[in-house]
Amino acid sequence: MSGRIGEASDTLLYLNGVSVSFDGFRALNNLSLVLAPGEMRAVIGPNGAGKTTMMDVITGKTRPDSGEVVFRADTDLTHLDEPAIAALGIGRKFQKPTVFEPHSVYDNLLLALAGNRTPRRALFARETAAERDRIAALLDTIRLTEHRHRRAGDLSHGQKQWLEIGMLLAQEPDLLLVDEPVAGMTDAETAETARLLREINRSKSVVVVEHDMDFVRALDVKVTVLHEGSVLSEGSIDHVSNDPKVIEVYLGR
Amino acid sequence: MRPSFATFAPPAFVLGGASLLVLGNVALAASSPWHVSIFVVSLAGKYLAYAILALALDLVWGYVGILSLGHAAFFALGGYAMGMYLMREIGTRGVYGNATLPDFMVFLNWTELPWYWYGFHHFAFAALMAVLVPGALALVFGFLAFRSRVSGVYLSIITQALTFALMLAFFRNNMGFGGNNGLTDFKDIIGLPLHADGTRDGLLLATALFLSIAFLCARFVVTSRLGKILIAVRDAESRTRFLGYRPESYKLFVFVLSAMIAGIGGALYVPQVGIINPGEFSPANSIEAVIWVAVGGRGTLAGAMLGAVLVNLGKTYFTSALPDVWLYALGALFILTTLFLPQGLIRIFARKPAVTASEIPAAKERPA
Repeated sequence: MSGRIGEASDTLLYLNGVSVSFDGFRALNNLSLVLAPGEMRAVIGPNGAGKTTMMDVITGKTRPDSGEVVFRADTDLTHLDEPAIAALGIGRKFQKPTVFEPHSVYDNLLLALAGNRTPRRALFARETAAERDRIAALLDTIRLTEHRHRRAGDLSHGQKQWLEIGMLLAQEPDLLLVDEPVAGMTDAETAETARLLREINRSKSVVVVEHDMDFVRALDVKVTVLHEGSVLSEGSIDHVSNDPKVIEVYLGR
Repeated sequence: MRPSFATFAPPAFVLGGASLLVLGNVALAASSPWHVSIFVVSLAGKYLAYAILALALDLVWGYVGILSLGHAAFFALGGYAMGMYLMREIGTRGVYGNATLPDFMVFLNWTELPWYWYGFHHFAFAALMAVLVPGALALVFGFLAFRSRVSGVYLSIITQALTFALMLAFFRNNMGFGGNNGLTDFKDIIGLPLHADGTRDGLLLATALFLSIAFLCARFVVTSRLGKILIAVRDAESRTRFLGYRPESYKLFVFVLSAMIAGIGGALYVPQVGIINPGEFSPANSIEAVIWVAVGGRGTLAGAMLGAVLVNLGKTYFTSALPDVWLYALGALFILTTLFLPQGLIRIFARKPAVTASEIPAAKERPA
């Protein structure tokens, strides 16, 4: 695999030989991964395979010991911090739904809307008609229109997950990283979430980390299997689930 | 900021209450049972100065979750700035009759005024410094602490260390701030004798006015979009970061604003109590301020002001009537409100707290 920055213009995100160690434990071991613009990718793997660490590296929470993370062919993310990476157009959903609980659903989206993030601007900000329209559209996408005045903390678990996805969309990112979006959801909510992600994928690239194999199957996208910090197998869900290496470490248990 | 009861009731109450006390002092004869003595006027002024400190602390603790255990340091710095002006105002009326040097400097055989005392004979300059010095300290301290992502209990501990270090520094005679005696024996302020009733009435009204202005400023901040971001930072800091906000700049903004408000409180406190000494930097003072806010209602602004006044009323009563009991009573009050009124005493007065940090968007439920 060649790895020069700027070479691949059909690449949105390119992880090249990324390694991260914590106290001697290699969370990521020479991990390489290529994501095309507009692609949706599912990342699976047993606990400790490095899925969340990979997200931490991409979003600037963790600096890798070695390797590069190239976004849009010309930006090395390993030198940037979280707000800078968010501003570039990468949104991240946490495993545990994280919304601003005391605020209304509406205000959660308002705070997430793309725009100037300086305190001075925020102090004198007035809500504009454009913002209201944008929020109305987002509420429609995440199916929370009738809950818009409710306290986010009072939403159900599944609704919080959707609200957080809506906040990511409000940022207008090019790439969404979604960590276990259906953990703890009912079957109906899981189906709704798969629909939502497919809808989002029409305009944005998405990386979904998930344990739920039925959900991954429902997404029907290319799957990357991580094991001990590197890629074990990659391909369609049928391809990886028939791969003997995958069966041995993960599916066959 | 929409004009509402919650916005205007606290300033109206403060200004109305202070005006009544002043009226009771000025208009009623000393023989009248309703006459308000000048002692009570100055006591009320002191409480309101404390309320300014409580308001400042609530802004950082209630709304961004920065539990500062050193906020009295900013209050004391504002107090020292005012104290330096009041010292220069004494002029030749000091014991040594030196027109330039305050008595303690003459006593230490100093021959000229240290450079950092320059300008303090101007009231306006001192007033400016009472705001700028605490603000500058908060800016440097906050910049370093927030940029390094120091938070929670670690941040509380270093704020405590900050005020303790300042206390030790101000205790030293060669710092040039009067050592452990501090600054005292003030004569007058902007030409008005400090011992005159009229001046003291004026100081109470000024304190009430500045408390009201500080409240309205703080209220403007917490009800703005910035205020919503502050609460977001308080409750889910990493979420704000991944949304592209820099929590450290928001914390720094509020921390500096809060320090400046606290400085104003200190500057109003000193002429009314007649002394400022390094004891004001004592860590216990900062912790007491935290108790006022917790008892009154954290994250409500008005609750913090109420807590400062009520706890200090209790302190005045207990320390004269039952001096041994005070600290136990304070401890019991803190525990009881935490257990039975976690949202503070303001809950008794307002069913819905004036500005709730926890429920700002509250129920504006409308049919969809």
